Amino acid sequence: MNLLGPDLTLMLGLLAGVLCVVGLQGLSHPTTARRGNLCAMLGVGLAVVLALLHPSVQAYGWVLAGLAVGAAVGIPLARRTPLTALPQLVAMFHSLVGLAAGLVAVGMFMRHDVLDVLQTKETLEMGVGAAIGLITLTGSVLAALKLQGVVSGTPWRWVGRHWLNLGLAVGLVLMCAVFVATHSGWALALICLLALVLGVTVVAPIGGADMPVVVSMLNSYSGWAAAATGFMLEQPLLVLVGALVGVSGAILSYVMCHAMQRSFVSVILGGFGSAGTEAAAVGTTDGGKAPQLAGVEDVAYRLSEAERVIVVPGYGMAVAQAQHAVKSLMVTLGERHVEVLFAIHPVAGRMPGHMNVLLAEADIPYDMVLELDDVNPRFAEADVVLILGANDVVNPAAQTHKGSPIYGMPVLEAWHAKQVYVVKRSHRPGYAGVDNPLFTMDNCALVLGDAKDVVEKIGTALKAA
Amino acid sequence: MDASLLAWLMVVLVLGSVIGYFVVWGVTPALHTPLMAVTNAISGIVVVAAILVAGPAIVGPESCTTLACTQATGLGFWQWAARVFGFLAVALCAVNIFGGFAITARMLAMYKPRSTPAANPERKAERKA
Repeated sequence: MNLLGPDLTLMLGLLAGVLCVVGLQGLSHPTTARRGNLCAMLGVGLAVVLALLHPSVQAYGWVLAGLAVGAAVGIPLARRTPLTALPQLVAMFHSLVGLAAGLVAVGMFMRHDVLDVLQTKETLEMGVGAAIGLITLTGSVLAALKLQGVVSGTPWRWVGRHWLNLGLAVGLVLMCAVFVATHSGWALALICLLALVLGVTVVAPIGGADMPVVVSMLNSYSGWAAAATGFMLEQPLLVLVGALVGVSGAILSYVMCHAMQRSFVSVILGGFGSAGTEAAAVGTTDGGKAPQLAGVEDVAYRLSEAERVIVVPGYGMAVAQAQHAVKSLMVTLGERHVEVLFAIHPVAGRMPGHMNVLLAEADIPYDMVLELDDVNPRFAEADVVLILGANDVVNPAAQTHKGSPIYGMPVLEAWHAKQVYVVKRSHRPGYAGVDNPLFTMDNCALVLGDAKDVVEKIGTALKAA
Repeated sequence: MDASLLAWLMVVLVLGSVIGYFVVWGVTPALHTPLMAVTNAISGIVVVAAILVAGPAIVGPESCTTLACTQATGLGFWQWAARVFGFLAVALCAVNIFGGFAITARMLAMYKPRSTPAANPERKAERKA
């Protein structure tokens, strides 16, 4: 079918791209976000229609069947997956784009190798497309398995892993060169194999708590893979949209790294929590003083006297699924005319914005949830700060101890409040292996226990008070 | 203009990156998870490439005109293999598109303000006073 000429197709493709850009623009505020999502949907829908109208497309049965299968799998998956499994679902979705880009590259090769003489430019694009796509595939699958807990989230480190990765990367570049020079299918197969292995060896040494960076990085890769297929099939729309997604993922990775005060390279090389940093952490404790402990009744009493309360949720809240308990505590405090705010650190959780989604799920209004810079000046006015399973993001050592591995990291200055309660499962330090001087401060007490359990008990005690 | 298509695509890549840079920095951190979900759905646009791999007709040897084509063996097999790969890629991308947009919509539906929008200006006025 060739209803539209090439010029009109190109213009409509541009419109589809603009709709995607406008869609992302909509996410600048929660009130316009839904409209943005709709815009992006229209953009991708238009792109699909244009592809179906492409003159060379004739096997409609196959194409429509593929779309139907995808819809039949994708929609129930998105509807039924519990929100706690969101990070793994997003990681898994990245792997699908990666695999699709790999399949497109190999499919293109199989078709064109028998029909035409391949050009150097085409082989280069296929090699690069297959490589980026398949690295994204295995990297994302491993990240999803780590997030799901099927594979241990602790980093796997082996001697010479940097050399192995370097070797694989050099091998990949060499095979691309061989493929471009010889146009041999075997070279392409080897590119695929090396890329699949490299995806695993890059993600394996990175620990569970660094997953926000990894997931954003794979988000970026899936965009560049899309752009590579755009070069392969000479589709400017794919290049444009691929670049948008690629840059978006890269910016998110940057934001996460910045919030952890670490370079992107050091996250990818996976150095945190190793022996060196633990040794550096010694000496940050306040003379081995034991932290004070508090019971839920103490917390409920202080809350009943308070006027301003700030809640700091961390990964511990997500693990305990305590967000609904937090919401009902918020309602109880609201009935007592206590002002409640939520403070979120950019790296709290397992993906960018993770805590915001969990609080939104529990129906906590987004305008009560503040980011680091907005909330820090307010801690001094707070009567009680309740920290739920967060540790490194409230560590004052980041500002005071030059030798600390997290020195310089922006943190939530919870210690300025009159009273701080930290709900923790144990005394053990955060994933960075750094002692937290906050815990031994005079205005701080630990409440040991599961976040959900403790928050529910505080709520009950507060109602009785 | 005589620039090659490859050069034009590079122009698109660079300009797209610049646009993306400015748009994404404007996204509020509270919506970073939906941003990731929606960009993921959008990257399902690889479906366009997948359709172009799955869609073309299988060309028989009789329509072959090039030397490389007539010399080739297994002509039909490789084209069918390409079509199956294209079909799989279409299905995978469709999972991404439908699933990605659905999960984004599901998340965004949860973000609610403290009160109805009509009551907000009042609240601000109260604080100022």
